[in-house]
Order: sequence, then structure tokens, then C-alpha cells
Amino acid sequence: MNIGDAAPTFSLPDTDGTEHGPDGVTVVVFTCNHCPYALGWHDRLLQVARDYPQVTFLAINPNDAERYPADSAEAMRKRVDADGGWPLPYLRDETQEVARAYDAKTTPDVFVLDADARLRYRGAPDEDHRAPLCAEWLREALDAVLRGDEPARPETDPVGCSIKWK
Amino acid sequence: MKVELLWWEGCPSYPETLADLRRVLAEEGVSTEVEMVEVENDEQARAERFPGSPTVRLDGVDALPPTETEPFSLTCRVYRLRDGRISATPDPEDLREAVRRIK
Repeated sequence: MNIGDAAPTFSLPDTDGTEHGPDGVTVVVFTCNHCPYALGWHDRLLQVARDYPQVTFLAINPNDAERYPADSAEAMRKRVDADGGWPLPYLRDETQEVARAYDAKTTPDVFVLDADARLRYRGAPDEDHRAPLCAEWLREALDAVLRGDEPARPETDPVGCSIKWK
Repeated sequence: MKVELLWWEGCPSYPETLADLRRVLAEEGVSTEVEMVEVENDEQARAERFPGSPTVRLDGVDALPPTETEPFSLTCRVYRLRDGRISATPDPEDLREAVRRIK
């Protein structure tokens, strides 16, 4: 999927079984429970979700839970419960069809869709999962899309653990 | 001293760990070459008792033994830096301490 392409639509269950999909300006983040990059960027991605209430945020875990039990639906639910809930739904991509449709590579891998569901940004949240940053690349892209502009930096290299394909 | 860096290609953090390890060894006056050991499948991960990439072994012992018991598999290790931040690479000062313990 290239910048400007129509993003695949989907509907996936969250940790309570409620289905969610893209709706208006949407951020799709492929992530998981056990990867240090996903964990390192986790808090700042949640903060972006809190800071942009007008945007739909969807976290998707596509990893093979048979080989990686830490990424099972039950483990996802426990993690969200232990955190007292998240400001975005945590979705399970059991068949990995959505991850394949988006050509997701890593956890995390961030996609920003505009209101017409066209891809406007893809890549990392910011430069370094360990640095005291605040997902600047994602915020810059969102600010541009919400203004109706093209992001100045539409693509960065996603950095993280490879998705655990079945 | 035998120094090994076990790594898996699905985790991009091993080059940084290799650079950190080489720097620490040089600063500590240890001239040993780092032996790179690629772990390519789950069977090998179990045989090597590989808790994830990157793993540094000094004289056959994990320099930073994992605190949680996870199945040995192809995965990325979660480290904590000394200030508590989560990291895909070990804190270089933790590597230094481990080297000093056995040199």
C-alpha cells in the first residue's frame, strides 16, 4: 500500500469482543504485548490517542499466539485490565488478514488514514523508542491531515520486532 | 574470556548491542573477539536456551540473566535501562558490570 492509496477496511474484535474499524481520520497501529519496541513506544502512543479525541485510534495485535502466548487474546485482555483500560481499543487480528492487507512489517507499525480512508502516513511514531520523545512524526502527520494538508514526512521506516506470521 | 552475541534477524537491535559490547570490552582492556551466533529457528532457540535477541554470553553464561521465565523462542528481549526505560538493547553499564565480574 502506497501513500495516497485507499486503505483496506476491516472490522476486528477488541478485548471485550466489540468490533471496531476505521472511522473518519484513523490511526492504525500494529503492536503487541512482548516486543521491546512496542512496549517502549506504548505510553506515548496512548498519550497521542488522548490528545486527539477527534481521531479514531485502533491498536491491532496480529502476532501468532500459538508460538507467542504472550500475544493471545486472553493476555491482551489481562494487559488492558491491568492498566485500568486504554484510550483506544486493542484489537485481535487472529487470521492476520488485516496485517497482510496493510503489509504491516513490525510492531509497532503506524498508519494514518484521512477521512476518505486514504493512507497519509506510514512508519514509526518517532525517531527512537527509548528517547524522551512524544511520537512527533505521528503528531506531525495527524496535524497535517486534520488541516487537510499532506504530511511533510509521509513515510518513515517502521522499526520494531518483525510480525510473528503463522 | 569467551564472548558471544546470540542474535535473530527478526529483531533489529543486535548491531547496536554489538557496538556497545565491543566498546565496553575495549574500554575494559579485553581483547577477545565477539563471536556472533545466529539463531534461526525455534528448535535452535530451545537448544541454545535462547531467551531472545540480543543475548550476550560471557564464558557461556548469560551476561544479564532474564528475570522472567519465558519459553525459549525467536523473539526480541525486553531490557530495562538503568533509569527504568524499556529498551531493545541492554544498558551498556550493565554489560560493563558483567564483563568486570569475570575478567
